[in-house]
Amino acid sequence: MNLLNLFNALPGAVAQGLIWGITAIGIYITFRILDIADLTVDGSLCTGGAVCIMMMLSGHNVFVAMLAATCAGMITGLITGLFHTFMGIPAILAGILTQLALYSINLKIMGKANQAINVDKYNLLVSLRYIKGVPFYKNTILVVAICIVILIMILYWFFGTEQGCALRATGCNGNMSRAQGINTDFSKVLGLMLSNGLVGLSGALLSQYQGFSDINMGRGAIVIGLAAVIIGEAIFGRIFHNFGFKLLGVAFGSILYYIVLQTVIWMGVDTDLLKMLSALVVAVFLAIPYWKTKYFAKSNIKKGGAE
Amino acid sequence: MLEIRNVTKIFNPGTVNEKLALDNFSLTLEDGDFVTVIGGNGAGKSTMMNAIAGVWPVDAGQILIDGTDVTSLPEHKRAAFLGRVFQDPMTGTAATMGIEENLALAKRRGKKRFLRKGITKKEREEYKELLKILGLGLEDRLTSKVGLLSGGQRQALTLLMATLQKPKLLLLDEHTAALDPKTAAKVLETTEYIVNRDKLTTLMITHNMRDAIAHGNRLIMLMDGRIILDIRGEEKKKLTVEDLLHKFEEVSGEEFANDKAILG
Repeated sequence: MNLLNLFNALPGAVAQGLIWGITAIGIYITFRILDIADLTVDGSLCTGGAVCIMMMLSGHNVFVAMLAATCAGMITGLITGLFHTFMGIPAILAGILTQLALYSINLKIMGKANQAINVDKYNLLVSLRYIKGVPFYKNTILVVAICIVILIMILYWFFGTEQGCALRATGCNGNMSRAQGINTDFSKVLGLMLSNGLVGLSGALLSQYQGFSDINMGRGAIVIGLAAVIIGEAIFGRIFHNFGFKLLGVAFGSILYYIVLQTVIWMGVDTDLLKMLSALVVAVFLAIPYWKTKYFAKSNIKKGGAE
Repeated sequence: MLEIRNVTKIFNPGTVNEKLALDNFSLTLEDGDFVTVIGGNGAGKSTMMNAIAGVWPVDAGQILIDGTDVTSLPEHKRAAFLGRVFQDPMTGTAATMGIEENLALAKRRGKKRFLRKGITKKEREEYKELLKILGLGLEDRLTSKVGLLSGGQRQALTLLMATLQKPKLLLLDEHTAALDPKTAAKVLETTEYIVNRDKLTTLMITHNMRDAIAHGNRLIMLMDGRIILDIRGEEKKKLTVEDLLHKFEEVSGEEFANDKAILG
């Protein structure tokens, strides 16, 4: 176990963490603000990557490709949203249905299970190769960090607008929202589109970073995103109260997740077990608030116990 | 102001749990009427409220608010006409949002929501003044999360939210039932104040006969999805709980079996 190897791997982990941070922010919008566990992301991440790579391979500019990937992600969110609101399918199942359909769609977009892109032949925004030995403005970590800051600023503004407030109210209390004239179905669809648009963008960056898009690249994205959200809240929740900083905390959570992951790999843990470990860690963290209320409540008086 | 024409609502039709909740129900409210509604469990009080608010579609009949047929409008569109306060203090407010944010949401009821600021500086000042009416000190806690407030505070806030945009009709669904007697009296007092100030047309469900008699200019009693008593004007002013019980027995042929309603 050479410590130097770990240090060498860290910048890569930070870059990957940042890219996944955008996915995590998307998941934060559905999971925390809308109170929906949206499983579309497992498919829409790959959709974003596939659209981005295919657009670039057919000669489009990287920014056009990324915009298209974001739009593609938003469409996947729209589909899940319509499954849920228009067709009355429970949110979690609506996401699973879209995710399954996206497996076929992603294959059709790419034409095969994966598509590579050569960093030397195409002008990529981010790449594995842009971590060391490039001018600082080309450094992937910086580029993605700037992306995240801009995205957080836009989201901070949006959630302070009338429509953004309506979206937050929808996630908090549907009855109240409708009583105050908010079209909760519209809010939910909008939230899902926003979230999956971010995930699509994240997929576009990820596929550039790793140099290919792959049909399985989104597998477990929801779990990684949730892990980032939970880690971010656990560590920064007490310091960050402002909404913008909370989103930043989620991005930091994602970086920490990848640093821990890298450390675990460095320690020689079988990489086949990584997804299982991630799932278990997320399960435990999700259970903590429940356990707190169930077993460690300060007051043990049950309602009606006096009678 | 409100016209309910022959509305019928059946829950779980075709099953053993089938329940005729509103039976060819009709009710007309004049502008400025303050009607109190009483009735036993399952009489159809809340069903009537939900039918007006559009929580689900009715099976038959028509509902008109201020001359507009709202029967086929979804809940969020009907909200433009209605102010609502619910029985459960948790229902009327968004717990994770601040007091001022909740008020700002209510301020935009019935208006299109765009990408304008969710709350403006000018509004904040306005809300401060409005919150003083409640006398709960909430004017100094504008940014506090509503989840931190007590049930009574939340109900008072919901009441303010319901009337922030003057509604055509105020619906109060047992809004003091979940509160302790002292808080309930205070919320009721505020209700009376706001209704009088804005001359609101109001429907108030209550489980408390005394409150039903003390407030409003008309009292209706529901049973099995129909109005069985309708007392208004001078007759309502002279009404006592004993009268009401007597009348109930006359009309229904049963004894009124709800201690809480009689004693509370």
